[in-house]
Amino acid sequence: MAVDTALLAEAALRGPAQRRAWRRSPSLLAGGAVLLLLVVVGVVAPLVLSGRAETLTGDANLAPGAGNWLGTDPFGRDILARALVATRLTLLMAAGATALSFVAGVALGAGALLAPPRVRQVLLRVFDAAVAFPSLVLALVVAAVLGAGAGSAVVAIGLAGIPGFARLTYNLAQGVATRDFVTTAHLLGVPGPRVLTRHVLPNVSGPLLVLLTSSFALSLLEISSLSFVGLGVQSPQYDWGRLLNEALPSIYTAPWLVLAPSLMLVLAGAGAMLAGDGVARLVDPRQVHGAPAAAPAPAARRPPDAVVLGEDDDAADDAVLVVDGLVVEAGGRRLVDDVSFRVRPGEVVGLVGESGSGKSTIAMAVAGLLADGLVADARTLRLRDLDLLGRPPARRLATELGIVFQDPSATFNPALRLGSQLTEVLRVHLRRPRAVARDAVVAALTEIKVTEPRRRLHQHPHELSGGMLQRASIAAALTTGPALLVADEPTTALDVTVQAEVLRQLRRLQREHGTAVLFISHDIGVVGALCDTVLVLRDGRVIDRTTGAALRAGEANHPWTAALLAARPGTRQDRATA
Amino acid sequence: MSPFTPAGATSPEATEVPTPPLVHVEDLVVVLGHGRSARTVLDHVDLTVERGGVHGLVGESGSGKSTLAKALVGVHRPASGRISLGGIPLPRRGMRGRRAAGLPRVQLVPQDPWSSLDPRRTVAETIAEAVDPVRARVAPARARISALLEQVRLDADAADRYPHQFSGGQRQRIAVARALAGDPDLLVADEITSALDLTTQAEILDLLADLRARLGLTMLFISHDLAVVREISDEVTVLLHGRVVERGPTESVFARPSDGYTRRLLAADPGSPGFSLEAGPV
Repeated sequence: MAVDTALLAEAALRGPAQRRAWRRSPSLLAGGAVLLLLVVVGVVAPLVLSGRAETLTGDANLAPGAGNWLGTDPFGRDILARALVATRLTLLMAAGATALSFVAGVALGAGALLAPPRVRQVLLRVFDAAVAFPSLVLALVVAAVLGAGAGSAVVAIGLAGIPGFARLTYNLAQGVATRDFVTTAHLLGVPGPRVLTRHVLPNVSGPLLVLLTSSFALSLLEISSLSFVGLGVQSPQYDWGRLLNEALPSIYTAPWLVLAPSLMLVLAGAGAMLAGDGVARLVDPRQVHGAPAAAPAPAARRPPDAVVLGEDDDAADDAVLVVDGLVVEAGGRRLVDDVSFRVRPGEVVGLVGESGSGKSTIAMAVAGLLADGLVADARTLRLRDLDLLGRPPARRLATELGIVFQDPSATFNPALRLGSQLTEVLRVHLRRPRAVARDAVVAALTEIKVTEPRRRLHQHPHELSGGMLQRASIAAALTTGPALLVADEPTTALDVTVQAEVLRQLRRLQREHGTAVLFISHDIGVVGALCDTVLVLRDGRVIDRTTGAALRAGEANHPWTAALLAARPGTRQDRATA
Repeated sequence: MSPFTPAGATSPEATEVPTPPLVHVEDLVVVLGHGRSARTVLDHVDLTVERGGVHGLVGESGSGKSTLAKALVGVHRPASGRISLGGIPLPRRGMRGRRAAGLPRVQLVPQDPWSSLDPRRTVAETIAEAVDPVRARVAPARARISALLEQVRLDADAADRYPHQFSGGQRQRIAVARALAGDPDLLVADEITSALDLTTQAEILDLLADLRARLGLTMLFISHDLAVVREISDEVTVLLHGRVVERGPTESVFARPSDGYTRRLLAADPGSPGFSLEAGPV
C-alpha cells in the first residue's frame, strides 16, 4: 500500500499536476512559507542584529517596551534580537541532525536489503529494538558520553533518529524489490547497488519525504530540549533551548524572558508540522486522482429513444428484470450510457465487452452495489415488481437476487467457517432455524457436486480450491430460490478445466430451477456457449444484440462483435490455416 | 569451435554435437520454501528448446510453468538436475550481474504489464538501461531506442513518456522492446497476454509472430491458454503439478493428444469444437 502511495505521489509530482497540487494544499503552502521565513531570519538576523543581541548594556531586566519589544535579559541584551539570531544555530543543528538520521537511516535500511539473509535478520532486530527505545533517552546517554555541546547534541539526536528511517526504508524498499521491474533490472545485468539507487529508492521517496519533514520538527524540539536541560549548546553560544534555560531562573521575576524563544520554537515546530502534513496530503492517492491514461471523453447524451432494441413489448410484463435507459456516471464521466434490456424467466442474458466497456458497472447497478461516487439513473430498473432505483427492502433484495462474484477467494470472509457464511441469508432474512438452513445448504452443495458437502460447512474458505469455492458461492446464491442470478465474471479467476466444470454445473442448475441469469464476461467464447441472448458492450453502450447460438456459429452483424470473435486465438488459427 | 578453446583440447562430444540446443533442461527438480512448508514445484522436468523455434509451455495454475521460466534465468536454484544454455551450464547466480563468456542471453518478459515497468522512469530510460545496464544513459542510445520502439510498432515520441501514460497492451510492447534491447538469444514470455483484452492479445500475438519472422527469435512462450500456444508455437510441453505430461510438435499434440489431461484441457476451451456445457464428466 505504502509503495503504491509513493508511485502515485511520483505521478502527481510530475508535470502540470505539481503546481495544482501545491495550490490545493494550504497547509503545505503555510508550512513552507513559515519555514522559508525562518530560513531568511536565520541568514539575515546574525548579520544585522548581532550587536543588539550580544552587547552588554546597562538596560538590564527591562520589561517589554518601545525600545526592546520583548524586553531585555539580566545583562541588558535584547531578547527578541537574541531569539532571532539564535534561529541560525537552531535550524542548522536541527537540519544537521535530520540529515544524519536520514542519510545513515536510508543507507542502513537499503544496506539491510542487499545484505545476506543472516546479516539482514540481525540488522532488522537491531532496528526494531532501537525503534522501541525512547529516542530522547538515547540522545541523553549519547550527549552525556560525548560531553555537552552543540556538536554532541546534533550527533545524539541524529543517531536517535536513524532507526526510524532505517526501518521505514527497509519495509518500503522490500515491497518495491519484489516487483517485476526490479527483477527485470537484475536480469538485465544491472549491478545490485545500482538497482537500489535507480529503481528501489526513487520509488519509496514519497513516504520518506513525509518522514523527513516530521523528523525535522522532532529534531528541532529534541535539540532544544537537550539545550534546555543543559546538555546541548553551551555559553557563550546560544540557541532557543539555551535561551529558555537562561530564562528559567528568573521566570517569576521576568516572565517575558521565555516569551521570544518559546514563540520561535512554536512557530518553527508548527511550520515543519504543517509542511509535513501538506507533503503527506500530496502523497495521499485520494488527493491525487489523475487518470493514468487519457480517459475517453464523456459521450454526449443521446436522446433516450435513440436505442431501439426491437423489444416485443407484450413480453415485458413477465420479464424478471427490466432495465430501461440505465445511465451510470462518475464525477461527470459517463460509464454506462442509456442501456436497456430485459431478462425473461429462465433466460440467460450475457453482457460481453472488454475492460472499460461498463459491463460490470451494469451488473453492480442492478444489484444496488455501485461503488461510492457512482450514480445510477434509469427510466425503469426493476426486478419483477421491485423497484431497484429506490431503496428496495433488504430482505426482498437478498432473497430474490443472487450474486456470484469474480474472485471466489475474496467473496468469503477468510476468518469464518463456510457454514455460517453460506446459511446467512436463510437464517437472517428467511428466519430459518440453523439446522434447517444447514440442511438446505448441504442439499444445494450436493446438487452442484461439491465433494463432502457436510464437512465443507466446518471448513474455512482457504481449505477449498477456487473451483469448489465458486460452486459453493453459486449454490449459496441459489438456496433462496432467487428470481435472478447475477454472475459477474464468475469463472475468470479459474483454470480452464475448472471453468468448464463450473459453467456446466451453473447451466444445469439454471435449467432445473428455471432461474434467470445475468452473466457478465469478457470472454466471448464463454458467453456464446452459455447465454441465450447476448449484449455486446463498448464504451458503456450496447452496440450489438445477438444470441449465443449466433456467436457459437461465428456469425456477427456488427463489425465490433466480428472483431471480438476474430480476436479469439482459436478462430485466428482456423483463419490462418484456412 | 570457440576461439577460447585451448589448442589440442578437442572433445569428442564437440564433433558429434555441433550445435547444442539453446535450452537444455534435464531432470530438473525445484523445491520452493524451507523446512515444513517446502514444496516440490518442478518434479524431474526435461525441456529442450532448439534455436529459432518457439516452444510453448502450457499448464494451469500451480503447474510450475512460471517457476521453470524463473529457473532458466537463475531466480530459482535447482534442487537437482541440470540447466544448460547453449551447452554451457547455468551459473549459480544465473543472469544476475556479469554474464559468463559464451552464455546465451536470455530475457524474461513478465506477465503483469503494470508492475514490469518502473513508474518513475521514462520509456527511453527504461530501454537505455537494457542497452547499457551499468550507466543507463539515454543520449548515446537515442537511435537504438527509436529503432526498438519502431520494432514493437510504437511511435518514437513514446520514448519520453512515463509508463502510466500507456495502456496495458502498449506497456507490454515496451516490455518486449526492452527485452529485445539486449539482443537476446532466447525470449521467455511468461503469460504476457493473460492480463490483456482479447483484441489487445491478438495484436501482441501478431507482433510476436512478426518479430520472429524478422529477427529469427527463439522463444519460450508460457501460457495457460492452449489456443494461444497453438497459434504461436512449433512445439508444446504440457505441465501438470510440476511434471511433464505431454510434449511434441504442436499440431500433433493438438490433433492427437496422448494424455488424458491434455484432452481435458483441449475440451475445456470454450472456443474449441469439442466444448459443450450440456454433458460432460462430473
